[in-house]
Amino acid sequence: MPPTPCAICRTNRALILRPKDHSKLCKECFINVFETEIHHTVTTNNLFNRGEKIAIGASGGKDSTVLASVLKTLNERYDYGVELILLSIDEGIKGYRDDSLETVKRNAKQYDMPLTILGYDELYGWTMDQVVEQVGKKGNCTYCGVFRRQALDRGAVRLGVKHVVTGHNADDVAETVLMNLLRGDLPRLSRTTSIVTSTPSASNDPNSHTNIKRSKPLKYAYEKEIVLYAHHKNLDYFSTECIYSPEAFRGSARALIKNLERVRPSAILDVVRSGEDMAKLVPGADESCGGACSSQVPAAEEEEGGCGSSNGRNAGGKMASMEAHLAQNEVAAENGLEIEITMNGVNGQRHNRQDGGTASVVNGKKGRAKGQAFTPRKAPKQQVMGQCKRCGYLSSQEICKACVLLESLNKNRPKNHIEVSSHMQEETNGEVHNVTRG
Amino acid sequence: MSGTKDDKAIPITVEFSGGLEMLFSNQRKHQLSIPTKDEAGSPSNIAYLVKYLCENVLKDPRKDLFILDGSVRPGILVLVNDADWELEGEDKYEIQRNDNILFVSTLHGG
Repeated sequence: MPPTPCAICRTNRALILRPKDHSKLCKECFINVFETEIHHTVTTNNLFNRGEKIAIGASGGKDSTVLASVLKTLNERYDYGVELILLSIDEGIKGYRDDSLETVKRNAKQYDMPLTILGYDELYGWTMDQVVEQVGKKGNCTYCGVFRRQALDRGAVRLGVKHVVTGHNADDVAETVLMNLLRGDLPRLSRTTSIVTSTPSASNDPNSHTNIKRSKPLKYAYEKEIVLYAHHKNLDYFSTECIYSPEAFRGSARALIKNLERVRPSAILDVVRSGEDMAKLVPGADESCGGACSSQVPAAEEEEGGCGSSNGRNAGGKMASMEAHLAQNEVAAENGLEIEITMNGVNGQRHNRQDGGTASVVNGKKGRAKGQAFTPRKAPKQQVMGQCKRCGYLSSQEICKACVLLESLNKNRPKNHIEVSSHMQEETNGEVHNVTRG
Repeated sequence: MSGTKDDKAIPITVEFSGGLEMLFSNQRKHQLSIPTKDEAGSPSNIAYLVKYLCENVLKDPRKDLFILDGSVRPGILVLVNDADWELEGEDKYEIQRNDNILFVSTLHGG
């Protein structure tokens, strides 16, 4: 095939075929267009404020590395006047996170950004290795997911940062939209599709966990283009798979997305847009707070399955296996986490969201009888957000999910271990574990 | 290596990244000589290369992480001399001497 010229400069040879519009671009024009589109996302959504200190949730992977690189470039090019720092979370999984953290350390030098690495052990008193030792390989993803969601916020508080950006891309959002759709969980859509998930402050304490803003500047960026950007700019990133969920590939929703993309590349952004539009139609999704708090829960459940929580060994794309898979997840979620947490008194709240007038209706059947077409099974939307009584983290429950999980972990900690508070754990514990592990 | 390499083999560089190197002996770059023609006598193309890689280079049993239904798994990008293979005819692209073929996965996490 004769080389195709770039659609923009018409001079250089096209190397990139853009999934969103099929345009053929050369390397330089692609890099420029990619960066300009992120700039557009940042400005049209007013993501940043001048003088703001922003922590980039950095894993050393392609998404967060590209995010750091692009934001540094844009901050200089367009003079955002923001201060960018890197914040990494170490789950405490030997042989998994080590290499990624080395990559983040190099990134910190390459981008001249200060880096903070916070460990689960430091934050929760447990490394994931220790959690797995106690609860086994099944279900440990629940712990990891709940801990991770809070870890960035907790880290931000420690650093005195009010805004955390993450590398979630269009494929991630599309995947989550599909998952929620297949589960019939429309209320969760608005949370997972909004680009900013800020949290209304529930306290006046400037150090509270409740007012950390989260945003996803790469929300409209294709994963394919993120990888191509990293490739053509020669960025230093690391790819890895969690050793506790090998081959997960983030499950079959991901496979479905990738299959759709191959047939019709624009499908990914179309799913994202559809998710946004559907979210607007969910009763009570945004009106109650004028949209300002369209997503009270900071990037919470949206990341569910974002890691290996689904053991997707199935090769991919078939709806049947997909459904079986989701059912599995559902069962897992309900057996484990959801029941424990939703039991204490969620019932009263869950219907506010369906219909402003039926706030007192207590169970799902009544809601339906009143003509509501659907009854969301979980994910109470219009929750009264308060603070966890134990750790102060934003939570709709008295005790937040992490503290509930920690309680069960600490209760079952082997007797020969010193009892420790949920916040501090002596190094000695780790040593004991090392010994028992051999 | 053999004296007839010009007629029978094409020297190429194949690279794996984005996590795919894990399947290929943890080695990113592979210098290979592949036959000029496939079993049917047609010039070797990417489809043939993928098959060749599976049969000769991919030692990991998890072959389905690389191919699916006989072609490159969706989510793996293929670059031919840095150009998206979709610009080059995808798996019909006929491999030339000293081509650089890069397989980069978008599927792995950070």
